[in-house]
Amino acid sequence: MSMRNRVLLGAAAVGVVTAGLWACGSTGRSGPSLSAADAASAVYVAPGEYDEFYAFMSGGFSGNLTVMGLPSGRLLKTVPVFSQFPENGWGYSEETKAMLQTSYGFAAWDDAHHPELSMTDGVPDGRWIFINANNTPRVARIDLAEFETKEIVEIPNSAGNHGSPFITPNSEYLVATSRFSVPVPNRDMSISEYTGNFKGMLSFVRADRAGEMDVAFQILVPGYNYDLAHAGKGPSDGWMFFTSYNAEEAHTLLEVNASKRDKDFIAAVNWKRAEECVAQGNARSMPARYVHNVVGDDHVARSELKESVTVLEPASCERLVYFLPTPKSPHGVDVDPSGRFIVAGGKLATVIPVHSFEKMIQAIEEEEFEDVIDGIPVLEYDEIIAGEVQDPGLGPLHTEFDGRGYAYTTAFISSEVVKWRLEDFTVVDRIPVYYSVGHLMIPGGDSREPWGKYLVALNKMTKDRYLPTGPELAHSAQLIDISGDKMKLLLDFPTMGEPHYAQALPAELLMEKQVKLYRLDENTNQYAVKSEADTRVTRNGRRVDVYMTAIRSHFAPDNIEGIEVGDTVYFHVTNLEQDWDVPHGFAALGMETAELLIMPGATRTLTWVPTRVGIHPFYCTDFCSALHQEMQGYVRVSPRGSNVPLAWGTGGALRSQPVAAQ
Amino acid sequence: MRRFVKLGLLFAAGALLSACGGAADVDDADSDAVTSSAAADGLTAFEREHGIGPIKQPVELGEPDATLASAGEEIFRMKCTACHRVEERYIGPALGNVLERRSAAYAMNMMMNPTEMTQRHPVAKGLLAEYLAPMPFQDLTEQDARAIVEYLRTVADSAASAQAAAQ
Ligand SMILES: [Cu+2]
Repeated sequence: MSMRNRVLLGAAAVGVVTAGLWACGSTGRSGPSLSAADAASAVYVAPGEYDEFYAFMSGGFSGNLTVMGLPSGRLLKTVPVFSQFPENGWGYSEETKAMLQTSYGFAAWDDAHHPELSMTDGVPDGRWIFINANNTPRVARIDLAEFETKEIVEIPNSAGNHGSPFITPNSEYLVATSRFSVPVPNRDMSISEYTGNFKGMLSFVRADRAGEMDVAFQILVPGYNYDLAHAGKGPSDGWMFFTSYNAEEAHTLLEVNASKRDKDFIAAVNWKRAEECVAQGNARSMPARYVHNVVGDDHVARSELKESVTVLEPASCERLVYFLPTPKSPHGVDVDPSGRFIVAGGKLATVIPVHSFEKMIQAIEEEEFEDVIDGIPVLEYDEIIAGEVQDPGLGPLHTEFDGRGYAYTTAFISSEVVKWRLEDFTVVDRIPVYYSVGHLMIPGGDSREPWGKYLVALNKMTKDRYLPTGPELAHSAQLIDISGDKMKLLLDFPTMGEPHYAQALPAELLMEKQVKLYRLDENTNQYAVKSEADTRVTRNGRRVDVYMTAIRSHFAPDNIEGIEVGDTVYFHVTNLEQDWDVPHGFAALGMETAELLIMPGATRTLTWVPTRVGIHPFYCTDFCSALHQEMQGYVRVSPRGSNVPLAWGTGGALRSQPVAAQ
Repeated sequence: MRRFVKLGLLFAAGALLSACGGAADVDDADSDAVTSSAAADGLTAFEREHGIGPIKQPVELGEPDATLASAGEEIFRMKCTACHRVEERYIGPALGNVLERRSAAYAMNMMMNPTEMTQRHPVAKGLLAEYLAPMPFQDLTEQDARAIVEYLRTVADSAASAQAAAQ
């Protein structure tokens, strides 16, 4: 609480300073449309200053996460997660390859959609951010002290991991849903036999212990498409809400065939009840194949194959799942800060339905069910609805909250953000966005205590907003000021990949914990060398290990001879620096992979199989000092079977390993 | 030509450093540090003799401490040998008899505060102009630096006894 007050006070102080700076020229920020000068001043971050908030934007089909400042919209960093990233060797270096391992093998790419911050007591705490892989179902943990992906767990019995990784108020679990229902267990069968054979799966992943993410249990549900989710909070803590569409169980031309019914379902899952059922032995253990990848204390990622998973069926665990009928093909499901209202975004609905948690519990207690499907009672719409927001725009998708009693919903088809009051479900303001907005994000806007100052609209279409760049255009985000009665558009900014969803934190929550370097004396990489005296080259058959160091501004060794065409050469490079902001890089002529970027005190390994005879220069790729251009070396590659002895050195005669030792 | 390029880069780097830290003055970086007048360098008499940094008092070395020296040797191996040799010039100066040239406090300040030392202290500035490779910050604690000094004492001793034996 006091932490939060401090942050808010900090924000107020920044506001005062900004106001002071601009007092001379500004005419104030009144009225629905800002003058260009006022909008510019509202997003101006002076040279050397930090943004007030930092947004973690999903990279969509880039598979990564980008960090952008708010209100400036400046790109700060890309954090590689599910896709190989040659800029720093992610997924190429021996230390990171295991992170992209899956039960299908090495996956060089994925599609990342929803960043989700860890929470304590329903409020983002800045420890970690999680993100899902859609295509090959996985969830990743990124440590916000290092801005580095530390852990990835695969989700078995699932396909199209879209509704993920939404988290419970104390980060106990994050969820993963199967957007595509598939046979469980998956098997060879006719697609036409979908009904009854294809199943959905709602997975709960233990998330609150770093390095120990695990699929705690899965819930087998009817073969619909499970789309998005959000956890209950406050009175509704202990529940998780999932949207679904395709209650028709169509398996072809869903555009038509999954849009027939006027209502689909939100699945309300009592996860504390699930814990009870698992503890009482009502779940079964199912064979499954999925991997868990973790970066260890030695900064080396390892992959473990898991072979069974715990599955619960609603029929054998009463009071676990209820269906809430919801119009029509709902997409987002969002829980307001009080935890009392469950807001659905019905893609094809003409209203925004708002369910009441209190009424839902009452209906459950009174057993007012209109149907039971596979052991799941279906509640009656009229008994649980708190209200419907009329005239919400066309194609309402997602809702976030400002913590002052207002909700903001995106309308995809009519390209607008609609502001409405939770008290009476009445629209009070609307603002056009450019164009076709999907998610929106208010810092902390899905939490118990939003920082309700800015809203970011994440748009799917860009068209004319930027200089055209051929057929492919940058996706667009827009920053909207929501601090007053009327929403005000402040800024457009292009994003990386597809800005599917984002979350954001005040800078203060990130600042203090940042790791500046890794201590050399704590480097436990088995190939680390901590002194130039220990640098060496060894051969074992066709395998050559180069134990190398880097410091401003030389490598040791920087002359290497005795390598042969077809050898597998491992360059283990340890950065001996112990200062902030001094990485070194490494690349050699003809490498077919990536560079290495080695942080101070760390060791990274790149594998190289030379294919040509000749001298191969290598160099430091990260401009590190005035003598950076001098930071280079040579590898001599000889024909296979040559008798050039293995030899290495820096600044003097080469040391060597006798040919006989090969 | 080659030398010209190097110096240009160095000046550019110096300008960047002073822009961030604000401590050094750009004119200083360009001037001939060794010949600049003592009064103009803005240093106290202590700083001129013992360097600028966390060590504010002369360091009493006392009786040699073999345990401390061997701890210092370990740290020296890890954090210093990429650039320094005992007997010979390498990236930086040979350190075998450094304690004859500098006080223990000076050596410790140089180890712990190399950036400011090479920006502001006339001797360190002169060395940077000569060697051209700025000494990197290696995150040494005061205990680390003291241990390295103890190790350098033993190196000086063995160099002296080697010399004596040779005569
Ligand atoms: Cu370098």
